[in-house]
Amino acid sequence: MGTTASQLPKEMLSEYQELTFLTKQEILLAHKRFMELLAKEDRSSRSTRVPMDKILTMPELKSNPFRKRICNVFSTSELKDGSLTFEDFLDLLSAFSDSATLEIKSHYAFRIFDFDDDGTLDSGDLENLVNCLTGETDDTRLTPEEMRQLISNILEESDIDKDGTVNLSEFQHVISRSPDFVSSFKIVL
Amino acid sequence: MDTVDSVFYSDHMGPSSNPLLDQLPSYQSLLYRRKPSATAGTKRRASSRTRVGSSSSWKWKVDRVDERPKVACPQRPVRELPKTMEEKRRDKEQRMEQARDLSSWEQWRQNARRSLRRLKEESLDLLSTLELWRGDIHVIEGMFGTGILSYFSFLRFLVLLNFVIFLLMFSFVMLPIIVAPHAGGNSTFNARDGGECSIYPSTSRRGLVVFHQYIADLLSGTGFLEGTYLFYGFYKVQAINYPRFTYNLPLAYVLVTIAYLFLSLIWIVKRSASGFKRKLVQDEDRFQSFCNKIFAGWDFCITNENAARLKRSSLLYELKTDLEEERTKQKIADRTRKDKCRIYVLRVVLNVFVIAVLATCFYSIYRATIFSQESQMRPTGNVILDLIYEYLPSIVITLANFITPLMFTMIIQYEDYSPAFEIRFTLMRCVFMRLASIGVLLFSLWSQITFCPGNNCSCGYNHKRYPCWESHVGQEMYKLMIFDFIIIGAVTVFVEFPRKLIVTYCDCGLAKCTIKYFIVFYIKKMTLMNNCRPATRPFRASSSNFFFLAVLLIGLALACVPVIVSIAEISCSQACGPFVNYTTSWEVVPQAVSQLPSGLSTFLFALASEPFAVTFFVITCLVMFYFIALAAAHKRVVDHLREQLVMEGKDKRFLIQKLLQAQRTSVRSPGGHSRSDRGSQSHSAAQNCSSTGGVYLVQPPVSATHV
Repeated sequence: MGTTASQLPKEMLSEYQELTFLTKQEILLAHKRFMELLAKEDRSSRSTRVPMDKILTMPELKSNPFRKRICNVFSTSELKDGSLTFEDFLDLLSAFSDSATLEIKSHYAFRIFDFDDDGTLDSGDLENLVNCLTGETDDTRLTPEEMRQLISNILEESDIDKDGTVNLSEFQHVISRSPDFVSSFKIVL
Repeated sequence: MDTVDSVFYSDHMGPSSNPLLDQLPSYQSLLYRRKPSATAGTKRRASSRTRVGSSSSWKWKVDRVDERPKVACPQRPVRELPKTMEEKRRDKEQRMEQARDLSSWEQWRQNARRSLRRLKEESLDLLSTLELWRGDIHVIEGMFGTGILSYFSFLRFLVLLNFVIFLLMFSFVMLPIIVAPHAGGNSTFNARDGGECSIYPSTSRRGLVVFHQYIADLLSGTGFLEGTYLFYGFYKVQAINYPRFTYNLPLAYVLVTIAYLFLSLIWIVKRSASGFKRKLVQDEDRFQSFCNKIFAGWDFCITNENAARLKRSSLLYELKTDLEEERTKQKIADRTRKDKCRIYVLRVVLNVFVIAVLATCFYSIYRATIFSQESQMRPTGNVILDLIYEYLPSIVITLANFITPLMFTMIIQYEDYSPAFEIRFTLMRCVFMRLASIGVLLFSLWSQITFCPGNNCSCGYNHKRYPCWESHVGQEMYKLMIFDFIIIGAVTVFVEFPRKLIVTYCDCGLAKCTIKYFIVFYIKKMTLMNNCRPATRPFRASSSNFFFLAVLLIGLALACVPVIVSIAEISCSQACGPFVNYTTSWEVVPQAVSQLPSGLSTFLFALASEPFAVTFFVITCLVMFYFIALAAAHKRVVDHLREQLVMEGKDKRFLIQKLLQAQRTSVRSPGGHSRSDRGSQSHSAAQNCSSTGGVYLVQPPVSATHV
């Protein structure tokens, strides 16, 4: 990574430091890792996009069941193909970093869990979510009966206004009382 | 006003949607979920920011009204906004623009604040690199998730705690002795001709020492080791006279002991306080267990394919058992009387069996201790055999700790508890076993020490056998620790490592780390000092470290008991140690206090008197009652608020229905705009209509709940 084109300018670095929750070392490491995903000739441009398939080869995301959702949520691509620029990538790492606030984390968690992008978690989203957690194959999946019971339990616990879906504020309320969320919603490069 | 967008976007939402629904707080989240459009992206985002500002759900309705006039709250750093980098950058520039209007003083202040914050961040960053094992813990977290991490950070905490204790002991007890000859001080040794009680035969071997005896000494803490800084008997110094002042070593010894007990108590309590608080909240609403598992279930740190698979299956298992439990609760409720009787009888029988097992273990520890003590008095001459005799209590304790958990896990299956309680109950039994076995060891040692043939303990303890019993207890602890260390090392090297190698030889990160950590940790611990806390094995199931700390706290409380008893009650040995001139160690404190200036000493004695203790107790009780009442009141308020929320939810739905009806009629009326007409004029009309609707939506429920 010795080429001058792949080096991060100093003023960019300090700006990123201000705009994200990452430390200097983390940004530099992120830059290095991101550049490794790019072809040599693309490294100079700041807005080069890395396609989702490439991003998903990173070991940090490879075994994550929500990897595609994560890419889609953080992507600013017009095509909605989940491709990331370096700044999108930094946004991703910032939200998953140690020092990000609970609010940021829960906001992005909500968007990640909102599979159909409609702004609320309805029973379809919850079913998708549970399937992601337990694994997609038939023998690891819950039976329809269990799934129904589970979803009704979740809604009973979190749906405060009883409208049948979990909206962002309800979600944040639930998450704020969950002890493990902040420590587990983290990606370490 | 964001209503423009909501009307505009409502068509994407399918047939059931309605522009009015978008006005509702619960649908607000829709608004900023929409991808930015060319027409009105920034406006909507401005409103979304106010939404994000309210995290607690019972506030949101009010927030929506209150915060609407404010476009943004400039106090929040830009990076705390959930936006893309481009938007954040624009936001920052906007703020800079605004800042330009401010006075130069304000500008300077903002700049100063910004640079100060950055300085703080960087220094914190620098500080964190100094943290012990930071890199290794980072790697572990990245590979195996937070559950394992909590155990390792707990280990680190233990090492730190022990190190601080060691530093205390070193600087206040050992350092004065070490520097005394160099600083021109001379030590006054205890020279009390107390007759037979003060005879302390040296145990270090004289003349030609065979090499294997050195090893035996090293392993058992006797011989040359007994005369080192490691053991109590070494500190046979009454006072150290420096040129300017006299250092009262016995007083320092007692005070440092008390200080480090307090320090560990405060530190552990402080560390566990946050966990305890969380646990209280969690217990408060048990009904949130499913949400925790689903929404916070996945550990995003996991990067290891294997660990991910494990996590997935454990989640599946947990969910299944929870659902099962839910169903079996019903089953338990309609259990017949005969079934109940059968289960209770079974449980009683099994508990009696458990108690019997525990009693056998304790009795065998007791016998082994006595046997080993007796055989230490008359060595056989065979080094290996002697060593085994000496290590007998440690061996028995380790064996018992190894076998009983296996038995308990087997027994619990027949007791028919709920799965969660099963795990907790087994853990409780195992922890009890571990802590109590050390208690039994200490008790049997104590009974040996205070037992004198013919019932005449002229020195207050069995002087003939144990001229320096404090060192002797220390030796037992030392042996236990060494044995534990050897066993853990052996298990890691000979069992876990090969197993890992056999299962998969590509990735032995955990084994490597485990070996490293255990060795480093135990070597540190060994060199630090003798403390009788049992090593907690990793219980992978527990994701929060509260459990570890709770066990540690119990361990500390139990460890305090023998220390306090030996300081205040048992007469200290008169042949060695700093307290030769006192009957009990505590006596040194009143004596030192009485030497202080009279005002101070009366004050300190008054502090220790009974009237003060009673008053203090009463005041503490009052404060406690106040907090209990406060907690109860809070609970009631929370219940009320919860009720109110449900009520408002009902009101909201009712009002939506009403509004829908009203809208339908207004659309049908000739003056109304049709919904399909998406011209620019219709925006303003819809805005008017729905913004008044929005205000209504907020207002009535509040008044309704007041009724």
